[in-house]
Amino acid sequence: MYPGDLKYSEKHEWVRVEGKIATVGITSFAQEQLGAIVGVGLPEEGSKVEKHGALADLDSMKTADQVFSPVSGKIVKVNRALEERPELINDDPYGEGWVAVIEMADPGELADLMNASEYEAFVAEEASKG
Amino acid sequence: MNYVPHTDRDRSEMLAEIGVANLAELFSDIPSDVRLGHELRLPAPMSEYDLARHMGALASKNRTTDDLVSFLGAGAYDHFVPSVVRHLVSRSEFYTAYTPYQAEISQGMLQAIFEYQTLMCELTAMDVSNASLYDGATAVAEAATMACRQTRRQQVVISAAVHPEYRTTLKTYARNLGIDVVEAGMKDGATDLEELGRLASSATACVILQNPNFLGSVESMEVAAEVAHRNGALFVACVDPISLGILAPPGEYGADIAVGEGQGLGSPMSFGGPYLGFLTCRQELIRNMPGRVAGETHDPQGRRGYILTLQAREQHIRRERATSNICSNEALSALAAAVYLSWLGKDGMREVADLCLQKAHYAFDRVAAIPGFRPVSETPFFKEFAVRMPVAPEQAGAALLESRILGGLPLGRYYPDLGDAMLIAVTEKRTKEEIDSLCRALEGLA
Amino acid sequence: MTMPLIFERSEAGRRAYSLPECDVPRKDATELLPGWALRKRAADLPEVSEVDLVRHYTKLSQRNHGVDVGFYPLGSCTMKYNPKVNEDAAALPGFSALHPYQPEELAQGALELMYELGRYLCEIGGMDEATLQPAAGAHGELTGLMIIKAYHESRGDGAERTKVIVPDSAHGTNPASAAFCGYKVVEVKSDGRGGVDLDSLRAAMSDEVAALMLTNPNTLGLFDENIVEIAKIVHDAGGLLYYDGANMNAIMGIARPGDMGFDVLHFNLHKTFSTPHGGGGPGSGPVAVKKALAPFLPVPVVEKTDGKFVLDYARPQSIGKVKAFYGNFNVMVKAYAYIRALGAKGLRQASENAVLNANYLMRKLAPYYHLPYDRHCKHEFVLSGEYQLASGVHTGDIAKMLLDYGFHAPTVYFPLIVKEAIMVEPTETESRDTLDAFVDAMIGIAQLAEKDPEALHTAPHKMVVGRLDDVTAARRPVLRWRPNKQTNAG
Repeated sequence: MYPGDLKYSEKHEWVRVEGKIATVGITSFAQEQLGAIVGVGLPEEGSKVEKHGALADLDSMKTADQVFSPVSGKIVKVNRALEERPELINDDPYGEGWVAVIEMADPGELADLMNASEYEAFVAEEASKG
Repeated sequence: MNYVPHTDRDRSEMLAEIGVANLAELFSDIPSDVRLGHELRLPAPMSEYDLARHMGALASKNRTTDDLVSFLGAGAYDHFVPSVVRHLVSRSEFYTAYTPYQAEISQGMLQAIFEYQTLMCELTAMDVSNASLYDGATAVAEAATMACRQTRRQQVVISAAVHPEYRTTLKTYARNLGIDVVEAGMKDGATDLEELGRLASSATACVILQNPNFLGSVESMEVAAEVAHRNGALFVACVDPISLGILAPPGEYGADIAVGEGQGLGSPMSFGGPYLGFLTCRQELIRNMPGRVAGETHDPQGRRGYILTLQAREQHIRRERATSNICSNEALSALAAAVYLSWLGKDGMREVADLCLQKAHYAFDRVAAIPGFRPVSETPFFKEFAVRMPVAPEQAGAALLESRILGGLPLGRYYPDLGDAMLIAVTEKRTKEEIDSLCRALEGLA
Repeated sequence: MTMPLIFERSEAGRRAYSLPECDVPRKDATELLPGWALRKRAADLPEVSEVDLVRHYTKLSQRNHGVDVGFYPLGSCTMKYNPKVNEDAAALPGFSALHPYQPEELAQGALELMYELGRYLCEIGGMDEATLQPAAGAHGELTGLMIIKAYHESRGDGAERTKVIVPDSAHGTNPASAAFCGYKVVEVKSDGRGGVDLDSLRAAMSDEVAALMLTNPNTLGLFDENIVEIAKIVHDAGGLLYYDGANMNAIMGIARPGDMGFDVLHFNLHKTFSTPHGGGGPGSGPVAVKKALAPFLPVPVVEKTDGKFVLDYARPQSIGKVKAFYGNFNVMVKAYAYIRALGAKGLRQASENAVLNANYLMRKLAPYYHLPYDRHCKHEFVLSGEYQLASGVHTGDIAKMLLDYGFHAPTVYFPLIVKEAIMVEPTETESRDTLDAFVDAMIGIAQLAEKDPEALHTAPHKMVVGRLDDVTAARRPVLRWRPNKQTNAG
């Protein structure tokens, strides 16, 4: 359910880290909560993003949500495929449904994120609150 | 009169079912200190017959463009509305419906909106259309805020030749959003393109021109579009849809957003409303487009149907981050436009525009030949032109009324340097005879 | 059978139009206009005969549900009967063939109607002055907030007051209008009885708050009993109270927003005052204000001087204009006629019967559907589809099934604070027979939810199309017809 090699935020984003490069997406729990995702608004490549800053817009049938960046840095790549096929986030949240790649300004920020088992416990608690 | 079907017996039985003794009990949660202690001070109720007579009497206090020959335009036009339009928009299945939230039971209106969108895309040569906005003025304001969101810039450059009320409306909207509105002046009845070039910059979200402009002149839209794009700004074209039977559409000169007033497409003038704001744009901009939009889809059996879509842009879903606060729009006016444009068809669209063009030019030549009268500009025009006259335009208007002519708009109120000018509109409805009688009446003033 | 689009009925050379002769000497367009100004490719508009045009749109109308067809209990929308005499009045050439710029002395009847309508609305709302300019409810909200902003600015604290408070039960237009007016939106919670939570409100209030936007009765259909206290909390902190008039149909002649402490309110003529919704518009959203806010109304305001009606533009503190001309005049004519037909007593009876009908339906349905706030409602009430959820049936399924019974569905999934919300507003013009038939349908659906949930998942079954795929519509938007796409028109 929650891949062990990823880090997770309380806003239900995941991060895959390779050196200073962080790939960001939303978790399977988050996409399930949103339901069918029908539109994605992506930021400009090359722009800067702050930690907790809005990274992308996610439109589902009943709500308009945002992806918040778990780290600060420069957006080096965005997943253009989502513009044509937003369902990739529903179908493959950790793979083809990635949202953006960020060159981190401060990899130290990763320390605030959860590992898979911590996140699983976090989600269980959220779910029990309804 | 109250249109309530209940008998007293119905009411008492219903109250019993609810479990209360009387109607007042149902209002017991309204604190006594805010309850109205008296009856509203309103005129006494009327029977339907008395009401109809009263309304007729009020209506007869107005002089109408049916009993006057109108040369008044300036954003509301006396175009011919064919009978089919009134009959079809009077189908009460259409006009007594709400917004088509439940698609399967609202296919008629949804398909009509989809057809309207297609017609407006064709007419403006743009990719997508929304389902309508309030009017031309708010469409300009919505286009400006749309451009600001799209470009993340907060300055709008607009030509002073855009309808004065559209500019005022834009400024009202913009002021509250911290958007800076800059005006480029006029030269010989059209936008001063050099000034436009100086004002537009990398801070500009969009450049807005009207074509034909408020004085009727045809603008160099392609040049203005180039000014906008050179600065990374969007180009917004505010156009008269009737003119598009002949004039180049926004899509042919590089506009990013086309807006305008669609009243001429089958809606009566009705003292200023309801009209039809339209907005079409390039495909890339749809996420920032305001207002409703209908889309094609299918049911489980593969049957084609229509539905309101891309709703995540709208207020009921995106709330404070919505692309606009608009909810109710002008769907019935959009339906009227769809019927009107389908009535005209490809040839009729060109013909109605050509009739306006021909008759307006005949009028122009005749009026300009009257001693003491001279056109404000030599710029090409479509169906409306401004002319300076030897008497005060207001006074001329009063004199024209004696010949049962509703004269054009005196321009001094909007452009102080045009205090001696009148804006004359000529639609396809005006006959040679009527134009000649206008000229005779004007000759008498010279 | 697929219903063809008007474009699919097109045949080159057919025509419906007939236009006047060109009785002036005709010149070629290229003589009158420069080549660059001319259209290169003609707009590909459909070419159809008049009878085909009429049949096409008549068929479309038959594929549409309106109040004249059947019950339309769409919560928050007040789908009451639209009296026909009002339509006739609005179609009189003396109203419809008026140019907005014709001299005032030629439009005295129209201006008198606007002046009087403004006064009636002020009396009904307990306010002092009104503008009829806004084109719809949301437009009224925006206008009202602009007035509030201008008021604060005139007192020197406009720059500090950057926030507008809305309850979590508010219409989506409230936060959207506030944002469109440059305000930051702060949400306050509802309390256990469905009203504004006073502690949340107190905590949210500060000298940064420009206004509280409220609907009363609120979107749950419940009257907020604490309204006087709410008004005090807001006013004590220097804020103003904005009244969203969407729910005015509950209280005409019974209570007035102005007396509750509201400073600004908008009316929806297309809800409360019986003007038809037109399949999505035109509406009309007049705004009425207390005296202190009157200088900021949009221009022009209709005034009466020496027995003549005039358009007053000389209002230096005005916010400006929110639309061209004076508003949706044709809609005003209908609302004016409605008020004149009903008078004070008729308006009060309309509200009383609207509330009666809502409570009757609510009590009849409460055994079958979860009623989250069990108290007298006003003109509408909110149920929850929570019981049915146990069988895997969602509110959306219930709504779609209702269509098969010939009813429009209630508003669903709103307000957001009620899970699986079903918001029902019957209005006063529905008979007991209609209400009972609706109750039977809803009970039948509740029973079906237990026995055969699949039947609900696939509803509707009797409409011209089955349940439409909204997800694909949004993911792969097809927003216009294109000629190269072959479809089987039949």
